[in-house]
Order: sequence, then C-alpha cells, then structure tokens
Amino acid sequence: MKGIITVLGKDHVGIIGTVCTYLSRNDINILDISQTIVGSYLNMMMIVDLSIVKKEFTVLVDEMVELGENMGVAIKMQHEDIFNSMHRV
Amino acid sequence: MITRSEVLETNKMIEDYNLDVRTITMGINLMDCADSDIDKFNEKVYHKITTCAKDLVKVGDDLAKQFGVPVVHKRISVTPIAIAAAGCQTDSYVSVAHTLDRAAKAVGVNFIGGFSALVQKGCTKSDEILINSIPQALKETDVVCSSVNIGTSRNGLNMDAVKKMGEIILQTAELTKEQDCLGCAKLVVFCNAVEDNPFMAGAFHGVGEKDCVINVGVSGPGVVKKALQEVREADFETLCEAVKKTAFKITRVGQLIAQEASKRLNVPFGIIDLSLAPTPLIGDSIAEIFQEMGLEEAGAPGTTAALAILNDNVKKGGVMASSYVGGLSGAFIPVSEDHGMIVAAEKGALTLEKLEAMTCVCSVGLDMIAIPGDTSAATLSGIIADEAAIGMINNKTTAVRLIPVIGKNVGDTVEFGGLLGYAPIMPVNTYSCEKFIKRGGRIPAPIHSFKN
Repeated sequence: MKGIITVLGKDHVGIIGTVCTYLSRNDINILDISQTIVGSYLNMMMIVDLSIVKKEFTVLVDEMVELGENMGVAIKMQHEDIFNSMHRV
Repeated sequence: MITRSEVLETNKMIEDYNLDVRTITMGINLMDCADSDIDKFNEKVYHKITTCAKDLVKVGDDLAKQFGVPVVHKRISVTPIAIAAAGCQTDSYVSVAHTLDRAAKAVGVNFIGGFSALVQKGCTKSDEILINSIPQALKETDVVCSSVNIGTSRNGLNMDAVKKMGEIILQTAELTKEQDCLGCAKLVVFCNAVEDNPFMAGAFHGVGEKDCVINVGVSGPGVVKKALQEVREADFETLCEAVKKTAFKITRVGQLIAQEASKRLNVPFGIIDLSLAPTPLIGDSIAEIFQEMGLEEAGAPGTTAALAILNDNVKKGGVMASSYVGGLSGAFIPVSEDHGMIVAAEKGALTLEKLEAMTCVCSVGLDMIAIPGDTSAATLSGIIADEAAIGMINNKTTAVRLIPVIGKNVGDTVEFGGLLGYAPIMPVNTYSCEKFIKRGGRIPAPIHSFKN
C-alpha cells in the first residue's frame, strides 16, 4: 500500500527533516519526493511505502496533522487509490 | 506513477471546490421483522437496524480520513414501513417512527428514510395507516424521513392519494409550525420513485433489493462550476465535454468509497447515484453553474436547456466510471439548499412555474420550496398532480417537497438551518383546482406504458 503525503505552508528550517524522521520511526519508506518553493511557501509531495507500517492508516493521518500543526504547516496523507481512481481508467 | 499535477488537481477539488461523497446510505430490509404484535415488530426493527449499521458511521469516517475526501452523511434506508409493518394489528405507525428515530440515533446516522408507502395503484389498509401517521410521526421524531409514491409510468396516477397527500402536507406543516414547518422538509411525494435512492428525504429500501446493501451518492456542483470556468465562451461541444470529464472523476471517487465501504462493512455494494447535490455554501450551487454557462440568473430563458445539458452530461460522464449506476442520478434543484437558487428566487428571476418546467429535465422535481402557509390542500394536490404527470408521461422520477409555512406569506423568508438552508416564500397560482382534485379515482396508465 502506498500513501501520498503533501506538505503545504510557509517554509522554514527543519520541515522535511522532521517529516522524514517521523516516517523513518514508523517504518515508512520514501519512494519519491519532490518540492517547489514559490515565494516563501513550500509545496512538497512524497510517495511513501506503507507495506510494513504497524500503525493504522487513520492514526498516521492524525499524527501527521499534529506534526504539521506543531510546525505551522499543513500535512496531509491520503491513500494512493483516490488518485489512481480519479486519474486512471 | 501518480504525478504532482494529479495530486494537486484532486486536492484542489476537495479543498477549494467542495468535492465530497455526499452520502453512504445503508439499505436494510425489514420484511423479516414482521409480527402481528407491534411492540415485538418495533423490537425486531430496532435490533436489526442497530446490528446491521453498527459500524456504518465509523467506517464512513475512517474512509474519509484514509482518502482525504469528506464523507458528509452516513444514512440508512429501510423497507417501506407500510409493507414491513403490514402484519401488525394496529391503527397507527407512529411508534414505528419512534423506533426508527431511536435506532438511527443509536448508530449515529443523521437521517433514516423509509417511513414510506407505495400507492401508485391503490392503498392497502396498511398504506392508509402509514399515510395517516405521517404528520404525527414527523412531528415527534427528528431524523425520520417519509415518502409516498403516488404514481408510475406503468400504472398511472392514484388521484385519491394525490388528494390525500395535499391534506397530509398541510397537517404536517400545522403540527410542526413551531419549527417553521420543518416536518414538510422530511416528506416527499413521488411519481416513479426509485428503490435504491441514497438521498433523503426520499430514500427507502426497495422490495427487490438484497437484505442489506450499500448505496453511495456523490456530489460536486462546485467542481463542475470550476471546470466550466476554464471553458468560458467555448461552444456547447466543449462545454459538454468539460461536464462529462468532471462527472467521470467525481464518480470514480464515489465508486472507490462505495467499494471500500462495502468491503469493510461486509455488505454488498448496490449502486452509485451520480447526482449533483448543492448545499447552501457559496460555490456549491447548481444555479451558479447556470451562471457560468452564461445565464444572468437561474430562471432566465435558457435555464431549462442549461439544466438538460448538465443532467445529460453528468450521466454520460458518470456511467462509465461506475460498475452500477442507479438512484436518481442527475442534478438536484432544491431551492432552499442552493445559494444561487435562493438569490434567484428572492429577485423574482426564478418562479414556481419555471421550476416546474425545469423538473422535466432534472433528476427529481419541485424540491425544498417554501410557499405561503394559507395555500389550500387542493392547490398542493394540484401541484403534486402536475409534477406527477410530468414524471408519468416522460418516464422519469418526479417529486414534490413543498413547505407551506404557516403564518408566513410572499415577502417573508424561512430558515431551516444547516444543509436545509433558508428560502424566500414563493408565490403560488391562487386560481382554484378544487373541483378537479375532488374527482378522485385513478388517472389510467399512459399509452406508451403498454410496451409488453
């Protein structure tokens, strides 16, 4: 199972580091990562592998929202199927 | 590999243009609850609903979190009570409505539909008990929805029931006048009612359905409006393509949620209802789609054509995106639940007569329209008869959900709150149809029903 993580918000030191540390602690492997910074705003997207993760998907979603709030950015993780369903026939 | 632009597009639809899965509705068969003792019947109904739907709300909320798309409503539809309770020895089904209300609240859903009767050809004793119980039932419960099917293209119209429903709507308004006649917002009169509709207030679980099914209603007027903003001034071919593509994407989300919900609840997937259901939020409006198409206001000449285009292309785009499409599937045009419609009605651009014309091409009918409280029962029946005739002759579902607001008149507004919105009181033609309605009996099935 794969998840798509998006991080949006004002850029500052340590955002990617914090997110990556959280992912690594939870056995989540990063498959792809891309980011753009427009003005001082960060827009990052990650595709992650959740095949060996132990926590429930919904728990991870909540924890990432909290992690984002602590850093002043919005972090969202969604199951890849919503994008596959919408954009692939 | 999923691309950044695809992720951005999907999330923009959700966050900026109100894309959501409007409802996961669990249909539950209650025919196995039959009992001559109404108390035992109520006990069995409560047990069955609270057992089948115990995880419905949790699963809906979990799916919303997992896929990052709101699942706005979790609801239940049941076998029409006039059928399920027919064996009970009683003269009132108000206690059944209380049971449905309690069961719905116990599992946390926000509406339960099926306090219903199907009387297109005639009323059984049980149908009569149910219809007579409607005003009291809607007064004394919070989340129970009621519907009565008074005609079909196959059977014609039951004009005795049409007459009766005019009276029942007025009685319901009278009994719930302390809440601005809210009871009438939970009561629909249908022609050609569908058995797998997941949307309220007209949802019920048809007798040809499985014991328990999951039906999903998608929505997304805001997303369609956004897609049309990108093809401003383009010709109709381009406009139709834009609606189709958007409807396809919206429906795929619904299909995904339906399949996952079905898997997790271990309940078979029934249908996806491809409907564009507006909310009072700005940007989540069918009327605003008309404006984007080039009309100054909903109700302007061209509105019926615009709605026909919208309805047809939502279906064309959505059908390929789902394995089973059903329900009402199309565009809803409720007045009080659609910000743009409210504005158009307030300005006088949108009239009851224009709305009636629009119902020839929309997916349902005259919906959530507030009218003067002194409207007579015969006039209500006349409006129901007109609307049902449109459905009968054109082989489509039509419905009437009118709210005669006791004590209010044209120029006043009524506030229902939440998703039910608010509405200006719209004028009704006051010429009498009393003698016409008084005739009673049945209107025979139309000639094109003899297809066998």
